[in-house]
Amino acid sequence: MSIFKIANTIFSSRLFLGTGKFGSNQQMEEAILASGSELVTVALKRIDLETETDELLSHINHPHINLLPNTSGARNAKEAVFAAQLAREALETNWLKLEIHPDPRYLLPDPIETLKATEELAKLGFIILPYIHADPILCKRLEDVGTAAVMPLGSPIGSNKGLKTEDFLEIIIEQSNVPVIVDAGIGAPSHAARAMEMGADAVLVNTAIAVAGNPQLMAEAFKEAVIAGRKAYEAQLAQTANKAIASSPLTSFLNH
Amino acid sequence: MNTFKSVFENYDWNTIQNKIYLTTEKEVKNSLVKTKKSLDDFLIFISPAAKPFLEEMAQTSHLLTKKRFGKIIQMYAPMYLSNECQNICTYCGFSLDNKIRRKTLTEEEIFIEITELKKAGFDTILLVTGEASHKVNIDYFLKAVTQIKEHFSSILVEVQPLSTEEYQQLHSTGVHSVMIYQETYHREVYKEYHPKGKKSNFDFRLETPDRIGEAGIHKIGLGVLLGLEDWRTDSFFNALHIDYLQKKYWKSNYSVSFPRLRPAEGIIEPNFIMEDSDLLQLICAYRLWNEDLEISISTRENEKFRDNIIPLGVTSMSAGSKTNPGGYIVDVESLEQFETSDERSAQTIAKIISEKGYQPIWKNWDKSYTI
Repeated sequence: MSIFKIANTIFSSRLFLGTGKFGSNQQMEEAILASGSELVTVALKRIDLETETDELLSHINHPHINLLPNTSGARNAKEAVFAAQLAREALETNWLKLEIHPDPRYLLPDPIETLKATEELAKLGFIILPYIHADPILCKRLEDVGTAAVMPLGSPIGSNKGLKTEDFLEIIIEQSNVPVIVDAGIGAPSHAARAMEMGADAVLVNTAIAVAGNPQLMAEAFKEAVIAGRKAYEAQLAQTANKAIASSPLTSFLNH
Repeated sequence: MNTFKSVFENYDWNTIQNKIYLTTEKEVKNSLVKTKKSLDDFLIFISPAAKPFLEEMAQTSHLLTKKRFGKIIQMYAPMYLSNECQNICTYCGFSLDNKIRRKTLTEEEIFIEITELKKAGFDTILLVTGEASHKVNIDYFLKAVTQIKEHFSSILVEVQPLSTEEYQQLHSTGVHSVMIYQETYHREVYKEYHPKGKKSNFDFRLETPDRIGEAGIHKIGLGVLLGLEDWRTDSFFNALHIDYLQKKYWKSNYSVSFPRLRPAEGIIEPNFIMEDSDLLQLICAYRLWNEDLEISISTRENEKFRDNIIPLGVTSMSAGSKTNPGGYIVDVESLEQFETSDERSAQTIAKIISEKGYQPIWKNWDKSYTI
């Protein structure tokens, strides 16, 4: 498979994981290791930035795993920028998953505040991966202000509904100059495989693994699905045809 | 300002009560299979006709909660700052006519109490008081919050109704959530139980969540005191209130609590008894109707109920609670608001949560967001 880079970091796994919702930290660690993921996101609100012995963090402390702090809980750019700076200092990483969802019901991202915060954080030297709606124009605007990647949603967070935004994801993937990571709504390995077949650079999965009957086994299933989907994309999928070719061709006159 | 009062006035207690009690089995079956459930479905789920469907409701509630919140339970502890109160509430230990010595914690005493709660592992604290505005007022609250926020990521308050400006001050000082319980939505019954003091003003209390929403508080907690009136009808109005608030103050989170009347010094017996199966039905009804509502269970409930409710819809639990100011260390014998039912320690409860396959969460907020 082709190499995959965000900023200057090379990833051999195209599956990113979230760390929320697990029944225990032990279970989370087993799932992360089984997934082969090299980038896991952690909500700042869940970790203790003041001590160096946070329990959650101790379970993802493996040399191959990079930490992606997220700003879940921020309702506007100001809160997100402030939290990001604290995180950078405490966790010694300038990577950030920017999440601004003022609506606590469906946790849908605020495009205006996200664009504002991305611009500000990019100037401060952050590597930003913003969580956004599958809006192709917003993706281009984010590129303009220096985003490192875009993370459009497949469907609302935690809904497990799959790629409801498929048509827009296709446009985003077609037009993007930065990596496209499909985030949110991926409820089954088949959804992840589909996103990869479409040409997404990576996917981020949390709920579907965390609340599965066997999170570790589900993590393996996602790992395999992501690899299969990417390989299919690189191998160039045969196009599906809706109709058989007509037996009386419309262009046959050219031969007469 | 347009408030919930204008919505509330379109409803009549008896009409709603009749609707609940006349619900049919067929209506329950119809509501259960809907993908999007409305307040009308909630009414059906709390009806006596829905009782035979409790197992099915519990299964769905379990799955929905797991999907939305994951396998976690948020831990919190109440800290009573004061039991002084100018109200007469005939069900409450703090009632003015209860002639017992009163106490309000000083800064030094607060420090001793929070040290104990931190030692127990807590990072989310609920500050509770009676209503004694001459002494326990916004100035007192701001001072206490400023002191306490150094030690806790998330501060919740349950105090007398305040003005919008005062809620804004609490918000900018670092308060994350405000709880306010209407006690009962039955206007006449409310009057009987609250004969004297500021709290006797039904409308002022009814409009309080609007003021909290206006002030931009992150989470608003509602509830009714179960036992004062018919729990079904009261809970419908509570849900109606949440429905209204959720659409209007859409940036805030909402939680619901279920204070069931408990024995306390000098109080009356509850008029309406709510069985464990009723409370479970109510919890499931809330979850089926409202997937993202936070649901809190306190130590008012008994051990068996608390242990078994963990996977069925709740999202937060208190543990090892004391309901008197200074109850953890400073003044263990001071007047309490009510007797708790589950006296087990926070660590014991955390262990039980883990054994159920759930993760007790101590920190789920960062104060950097409350700026």
